[in-house]
Amino acid sequence: MSPNQSEKNTDQYRRKFLAQSAAVAGLTIAPGIILNQVAHAKSDSDKVSANNRWGMLIDTNKCAKGCTDCVTACQTENGWGGANSTETHSNKEQQAQWIRKVTITDKQTGHVQSLPLMCQHCETAPCVDVCPTGASMKREDGIVLVDKHICIGCRYCMMACPYKARSFVHEKLEFQKNHAPRGIGTVESCTMCTHRVDKGQNPACVEACSTKNHNAMIFGDLKDANSAISIELKKHGGEQIRADLGLNTGVRYQNL
Amino acid sequence: MKKPVFKQIDGNSSSYLMLLALLGSFIVAALGATFYMEHGGHYVTGMSNQIVWGMPHVFAVFLIVAASGALNVASISSVFGKTAYKPLAPLSTLVALALLAGGLMILVLDLGRPDRLIVAMTKYNFKSIFAWNMILYNGFFAIVGIYMWTMLQRNLNQYSKIAGFSAFIWRLMLTTGTGSIFGFLVARQAYDAAIMAPMFIVMSFSFGLAIFLLIVIATYKWTNRPLGDATFKRLKNLLGVFVAGVLYFVIAQHLTNLYATEHHGVEAFILRDGGIYTQLFWFGQIILGSLIPLAIIYHPATGNSRSAISIASLFIILGGLAQMYVIIIGGQAYPLELFPGKEVTSSFYDGIVNSYYPTLAETLLGIGGIAVSLFIVAFAVKVLRFLPESLADEAVDPHHSK
Repeated sequence: MSPNQSEKNTDQYRRKFLAQSAAVAGLTIAPGIILNQVAHAKSDSDKVSANNRWGMLIDTNKCAKGCTDCVTACQTENGWGGANSTETHSNKEQQAQWIRKVTITDKQTGHVQSLPLMCQHCETAPCVDVCPTGASMKREDGIVLVDKHICIGCRYCMMACPYKARSFVHEKLEFQKNHAPRGIGTVESCTMCTHRVDKGQNPACVEACSTKNHNAMIFGDLKDANSAISIELKKHGGEQIRADLGLNTGVRYQNL
Repeated sequence: MKKPVFKQIDGNSSSYLMLLALLGSFIVAALGATFYMEHGGHYVTGMSNQIVWGMPHVFAVFLIVAASGALNVASISSVFGKTAYKPLAPLSTLVALALLAGGLMILVLDLGRPDRLIVAMTKYNFKSIFAWNMILYNGFFAIVGIYMWTMLQRNLNQYSKIAGFSAFIWRLMLTTGTGSIFGFLVARQAYDAAIMAPMFIVMSFSFGLAIFLLIVIATYKWTNRPLGDATFKRLKNLLGVFVAGVLYFVIAQHLTNLYATEHHGVEAFILRDGGIYTQLFWFGQIILGSLIPLAIIYHPATGNSRSAISIASLFIILGGLAQMYVIIIGGQAYPLELFPGKEVTSSFYDGIVNSYYPTLAETLLGIGGIAVSLFIVAFAVKVLRFLPESLADEAVDPHHSK
């Protein structure tokens, strides 16, 4: 073996040793880092808390007529409606709509406004009150949901909802999103994208609205006085649809 | 008054078997319709996200309301001590239970997930009037069942008064609960009224007695048992009072609504512009279901005729179904008032009158519920002693003189 050859072998050995050491060190440290992340992540009990009340503020002046980006975003996010829908047997009146654009025209003045309408996440939700099994429920943070496992499909919540925010699934569905399961014979509605909210993100509709630079929708914590939504509500106010019912909705509107 | 002798019907005739076969075929058709509806989903029905409750609910609510009304005759005998009604009290409890069973069958089979009935039985939200109704329905079966037992078994007869009183209170609660299903719907213009509960109680008196009277007349005619004028006239006069009572509540409800500007829209819809709902209201509910029966019942030329009163009872039943259709479907067809004073349009049919075309399947399910009720009655009177051998005047009325 020449001295050159011997030096080469030593280099290879050193390289191998360093690589193996690095791998061992990595394997040793990695779980610690992962565990550290887990330890610092929100625990399940932290995620949903009565210290928050999630809400939305929609400025109808900023909401562009004819724009349906919030609706499309919701469809893509939660897997309902749209071109790829598997809800093909149901007719239009039977197909689910979690969020819709509504155009309102003042009968006196002819003033036209456009706004998105979805579950208003009422504090005293009629759907929660009437549900016989408790499938229709409100999380501690104010988001109103349907527990698909105990919904018996009686549709009383749909009779009770003042906003027609709920839909009944009239057929078997395929290709569902993991975070938004939909079941035949059960009722569903806007979840305020709990799966995103729990990760600290905005609901899909709100994100789409700001991506388009319309910024008509603000999402945030109504109980946090320093949140953008609370500051804006304090400054300019916000109305509830059917405020006469006294439901204290989580979704508010400006310039209605 | 002689103690009435109760006896099963013979039930050997071919026409009796034909009746059972006919009712059985309707039940089979209803089960087939259910399988069809539940197999692929409710898309095969006329119901939608706009008209949430449809034809099955019209029949179901009608039968449930009528169930408590069918108990009238028993209540009058036990609670109010009118002995003339006593011979028919056991049949009255039977019809009540049978009607409730038929109505509940429809309601359960129309659920989006009828397989989860056990969930409905084990998980209760006590703020829900629906959940309360489940307790009321089950309680009705238990209490009326016990009441029936105290009447059928001689050594328990002494308890029938207290059982009858309990059943009477319970049936009032039950119909209050049924009416409140609609009365508690704050969001919809056609509902949200406290008058719904008492109106449903009077409706139950009327529909229940009409069905009961029809069953009594038919059974006594088909089994050749005597049915005296005393019993017949009492029942038909009572029916007249109940029909007038329903009419009174309907008038009160609409006049109250007509006074409040906020309800003018829905009133104009039901009373004038609602197309099928307006027609069903005036021609079905008011003329066919109320005015014509009242005329038949109280007109001297027709008031004593069994066949005329049978027709009147049938009209009351049809009028009652029309009334249910107007309340349940008409109430949903009228758009939700989301933005008062504004015209609303959307992809989800906001601001427009919703259309509903009931399909054969859901109608068959509804009719199947009636068939179940009648089958139970027809079968039970053959196997148990529900019917007095005679309802001739001298058998029921001690003061009757020929």
